[in-house]
Amino acid sequence: MSKSHLELTGVSMSFDTPQGPFQALDTINLKIRKGEFVSLIGHSGCGKSTVLNIVAGLLQATKGGCVLDGHEVNTPGPERAVVFQNHALMPWLTVYENVELAVRQVFRKTMTKRERTDWILHNLELVNMAHARDKRPGEISGGMAQRVGIARALSMRPSVLLMDEPFGALDALTRAHLQDALMEIQQDLNSTVIMITHDVDEAVLLSDRIVMMTNGPAATVGEELTIDLPRPRNRVTLADDPEYVHYRQAVLRFLYEKQRFPGKGDKAPQASTPTEEADSTAPESPVEVKAPEPQPTSAKTKKPVATAVQN
Amino acid sequence: MSTLTSTNPLLQLIRRRYPDVTGKALLQSVTLPVLGIALFLIAWQLVAPQINTSLGDFPTPANVYEQAGQLWQEHQNEQDRADRYVEMQEKRNARILADNPDAETRIRPYPGAPTFIDQIFTSLKTVLAGFFLATIIAVPLGIMIGLNRYFAAAANPIIQIFKPVSPLAWLPLVTMVVSATYVSDDPMFEKSFITSMVTVTLCSLWPTLINTATGVAQVNPDLVNVSKVLRLPFWTHARKVVLPAAVPMIFTGLRVSLGIAWMVLIAAEMLAQNPGLGKFVWDEFQNGSSDSLSRIMVAVLAIGFIGYVLDRIMLMIQRKVAWDE
Ligand SMILES: Nc1ncnc2c1ncn2[C@@H]1O[C@H](COP(=O)(O)OP(=O)(O)O)[C@@H](O)[C@H]1O
Ligand SMILES: [Mg+2]
Repeated sequence: MSKSHLELTGVSMSFDTPQGPFQALDTINLKIRKGEFVSLIGHSGCGKSTVLNIVAGLLQATKGGCVLDGHEVNTPGPERAVVFQNHALMPWLTVYENVELAVRQVFRKTMTKRERTDWILHNLELVNMAHARDKRPGEISGGMAQRVGIARALSMRPSVLLMDEPFGALDALTRAHLQDALMEIQQDLNSTVIMITHDVDEAVLLSDRIVMMTNGPAATVGEELTIDLPRPRNRVTLADDPEYVHYRQAVLRFLYEKQRFPGKGDKAPQASTPTEEADSTAPESPVEVKAPEPQPTSAKTKKPVATAVQN
Repeated sequence: MSTLTSTNPLLQLIRRRYPDVTGKALLQSVTLPVLGIALFLIAWQLVAPQINTSLGDFPTPANVYEQAGQLWQEHQNEQDRADRYVEMQEKRNARILADNPDAETRIRPYPGAPTFIDQIFTSLKTVLAGFFLATIIAVPLGIMIGLNRYFAAAANPIIQIFKPVSPLAWLPLVTMVVSATYVSDDPMFEKSFITSMVTVTLCSLWPTLINTATGVAQVNPDLVNVSKVLRLPFWTHARKVVLPAAVPMIFTGLRVSLGIAWMVLIAAEMLAQNPGLGKFVWDEFQNGSSDSLSRIMVAVLAIGFIGYVLDRIMLMIQRKVAWDE
């Protein structure tokens, strides 16, 4: 599984704007193995979404290109499923119908109706949303909708899962739950994931590798950091693991020392509160973590990876 | 206002429907409209006798009420006469058939003039037909325009120029064109119906067209990207993503269109002497009897009330269909 699965070679992107061409990306090179979880991190506006959209085929690079399993990427397709920041569910369809729209399109020739129904429900169960199958996006919380968005992406059985700040719009507790769920699913399915984030803890916790981007314009890959932490990972025990702390600092140093802040008005990446709290609280043993009832005050730091997620 | 106690069944009904509305707000929601109507009627009653026309004083509310009853009575009488007319023919036919079982019999419809109520139904039929035609033209066309930037740029000047055209301008053209093209020995519809309907269509199609195009062009780009990632074919994309996304905007347009359709129809009927409420108004005007103004006023109120009901019906459908309500 070490052959290059997804490869970006010399990707440059320049947008035509009324003020003339705007060089957003400059010569991005990236090789990703099958089953690898890669995070893209960088300051707001540096070009992370642009990279992801080029891989998705929603944008065409002006120079260079992207090759997936030996085929050049030119158009969007379900083998490169995208999870959007704001779930992007059709508001007029129920949770079930939203996933069905994807499953019917992708598997209409290869699955019977029965198999498709089972497959839709299976994916909803993966994200613990089967109970809300007949609700509309307007009737569920943002975290739940985001899970359905993930279920819809997974239901396409993609070779690469592309996520653009999937948890950015969620509160810290919900985000922690979903991160754990995602780690679990990714381990089970061994899917390749590219995730954009500006949350340092999220990046270190979830990734096999963190790709740090320089500030735009003409952003490129600044540093790459391989996260060699064993899986499954537990956010609570990792919090004061010296290696984890070291990785975290490396990313922070890149973002705040090597890359100066971009212009005002931009959101700076931030370390999320859960781990900050975990740093100061007494470390808990894995045994304690398995306690069936998480106390509300520290639930966000205690949530064990293996526990079913609900919110 | 002694009727507004808590024993008032209307008040109780409202209270059951809207339990969270406070008593005071509830009282206001009933009293203020009633008060408004009462003030209007009083003002009308006071002003009407001051306006002298060649057909007598302007009708008071009481005159109008009386004429409304009169028009209803005339309708009842006409229906009785029509029933008797048909009954008579049936009896005669039965007699003929008794004499000769092979005889060919037929029943001629009652040849009497259409009553006020008949005219209402004629107008309703025409407006719904015209509105339906406008909808099935405007929605698909609006989707095309909204989906395609080039198409939109090409269609825009045409829309902008035809949108403000009054029905009075279209009518002679439509009449001539219908006369020339709609020729058949046994027409399914009367020419006047087609003329009125087409005029209604031409005038009422624009709000739906514009709103549909805008709604389609404004579909959340994320949803469009989902559709691209799924590689939805064009028709699936249009049906499953674009159309439902634009439904709230389309319905807003449809309601405006239906309102315009109803206004335009009355004008067209009046001008073209085509059957319907407009013709009723015109006939009464030409008639010039002492009751004419009252009868026209009945028609005016009926036109307003029907317009209101049509809009309410559209609103109900919108609430059923649109996902954002
Ligand atoms: N369609 C576009 N036209 C012009 N400029 C764009 C376009 N899309 C993105 N940009 C610019 O490219 C840069 C990178 O944008 P983006 O990839 O969205 O950043 P990020 O996701 O890292 O916040 C920004 O400066 C943005 O203004
Ligand atoms: Mg972005």
